[in-house]
Amino acid sequence: MMPIINVIEAVRDAMKEEMARDASVFIMGEDVGKRGGVFLATQGFVEEFGEQRVIDMPLAESGIAGIAVGAAMAGLRPIAEIQFADFISPTMNQIVGEAARARYGTKGEVHVPMVVRSPYGGQVRGGLFHSQSVEAYFAHTPGLKVVAPSTPFDAKGLLKSAIRDNDPVLFLEHKRTYRSVRGEVPNTDYSIPIGSADVKRAGHDATIVSYGLTIHYALQAAEVLEKEGIQIEIVDLRSIRPLDTETIINSVSKTSRLLVLHEDNLTGGIGAEISAIVSEKAFDLLDAPIMRCAGLDIPAMPFAPTLEAAYMPSLEKILATTRKLLAY
Amino acid sequence: MRELDPEELLDIYETMILVRTLDERVWTLNRQGKAAIVASSQGHEAAQLGSVKALSEFAESYFCFTYYRDMGVCVAQGLTPKDVLLGFLAKEGEPISDARQFPLHGASKEKGFMNLSNVVGTHVPHAVGWALASKINKLPTVTAVYFGDGAASQGEIHEAMNFAAIHKLPVIFLCENNRYAISVPIEQQMAITNVADRAQAYGIPGYTVDGTDIQQVFDVTAQATVRASEGEGPTLIEYQVERYLPHTSDDDDSTYRTPLDIEKSKQRDPLKKLRDLLLSKGVLNDKIESELIKTAKQKINSATEFAEKAPYPKADDVLEHVYDNNSISKDQHDANH
Repeated sequence: MMPIINVIEAVRDAMKEEMARDASVFIMGEDVGKRGGVFLATQGFVEEFGEQRVIDMPLAESGIAGIAVGAAMAGLRPIAEIQFADFISPTMNQIVGEAARARYGTKGEVHVPMVVRSPYGGQVRGGLFHSQSVEAYFAHTPGLKVVAPSTPFDAKGLLKSAIRDNDPVLFLEHKRTYRSVRGEVPNTDYSIPIGSADVKRAGHDATIVSYGLTIHYALQAAEVLEKEGIQIEIVDLRSIRPLDTETIINSVSKTSRLLVLHEDNLTGGIGAEISAIVSEKAFDLLDAPIMRCAGLDIPAMPFAPTLEAAYMPSLEKILATTRKLLAY
Repeated sequence: MRELDPEELLDIYETMILVRTLDERVWTLNRQGKAAIVASSQGHEAAQLGSVKALSEFAESYFCFTYYRDMGVCVAQGLTPKDVLLGFLAKEGEPISDARQFPLHGASKEKGFMNLSNVVGTHVPHAVGWALASKINKLPTVTAVYFGDGAASQGEIHEAMNFAAIHKLPVIFLCENNRYAISVPIEQQMAITNVADRAQAYGIPGYTVDGTDIQQVFDVTAQATVRASEGEGPTLIEYQVERYLPHTSDDDDSTYRTPLDIEKSKQRDPLKKLRDLLLSKGVLNDKIESELIKTAKQKINSATEFAEKAPYPKADDVLEHVYDNNSISKDQHDANH
């Protein structure tokens, strides 16, 4: 029987095992030392690995990212924690401008084996500056990989792959899944390749493609619809860049109907990209237009519970969009 | 630290002539429509060559993070005229970026330098990360990072210097202050007199020296190198240099500088200054000098010929070096296009 743990424990286990395995892996971020990180991802690390490998950084995100880039260029494997994804904007210069271009701009002479971990997402009453989804900004960037797991099993396996990867990886962890999502996770070494999606539930009437917290909402929607005799297939992207287009298209070839679901706001989001790819590659397979269910196009997720709920692609919205898709 | 002897000065002068002649050549190639962009090192050469001289003598090993004006550092680190000209003409075989980047941008671990970015100042945190890695890996490397006075305004430089100071990292910050950020004069960039004055805010030593004086550059850089090597931490050095040419070949400095200002700049030409020093020491004469110039020109002429004849990189190579092993780039490209 495998231990049952939550997402933050899986993240912690992955880092701990990788740090024990590889002396070049180290942690840098705000409050990652004695405090163990504000979400406790690095709880106990400074005691176990020492201050040289668990570095409490001054409160300067761009510096954290830039110094991590330099250390990675020199051959170390930094895991830089950006405390909230909302604070990641100052690092874009380093992650998008520098890390993602280093291999290309030096003909492979240097590369950046760096992981930037960042808790993202809402429905945690985080307001405008502690709730946002940032994946679309980064997924646009060739040279970068973007990962967003939804379960403890995927979080551990993908974080290990991210740490071992020779290119920069943005590893996004949904805050609300940290303690609310639990699952079986082997305490042995395993990894999940970046760029592989996972069918979380099989079905033949329609496909919902999603990632992160909304995977769990999609699973709830599928259970509701099952009682009506409708079988929904749920594809968990797990990696946003590179996208596993094969798994998406395989699913659409079974169901002929596709809904893309994400918490990030609609316009220019991952749903738009997937929709374009499926339209180009598998138009003949479709029995209905591809539909999207996503966060509202407002500047950020608001604080008041009513407004926060109104932002989210809720179970009700998912069910409504899925029914529309099925009825087309 | 110690006085450079006449033979060493003559060696530096030889390299300086090579760098200057090469710089003049790339301007010519630009005006001929062959080189797309030129940013000049003229006026900065003593700071660049004198600092590398100190690093190579006083550090057990060192690595340079350079910026776009550092042709002198690149040549001192082993980039040949052929390498440089392949870069300016963006030709196949360009050794540090395969001509993906602007001239003098890219990296060579073997030659010990990197100039990744054009976004000024972004490389300063990289240098600090590189120095952090040296400390963690217990390597004797001193990291030197060069940047201009314009870059000195970037917030990332502050973040990087602050962190390096806290952890006493083996890095030296080298500001080549030519008083102009493209068109904006230093008085509109900062309210203090010297960039190096900022050092005290980080709790590290800061020095401002005449960056056209090879001995001053050597002394202060040697001192900072020794300090870094001994685990005492970083130093901020400001070399006061001159830029008497436009910012780049695309700039028109007559819109913001007076002829008199430019003339005054030229009077602090580091090449002329070193020449006068060598003449006063009696180790240079017309015969030696014309021989040095002739040799430099010969090297540069044959390198120009080679670079002009070289083909451009193959268009098919555009997808190389996106990710490790290229697997994802190519697969994704095939899948999505």
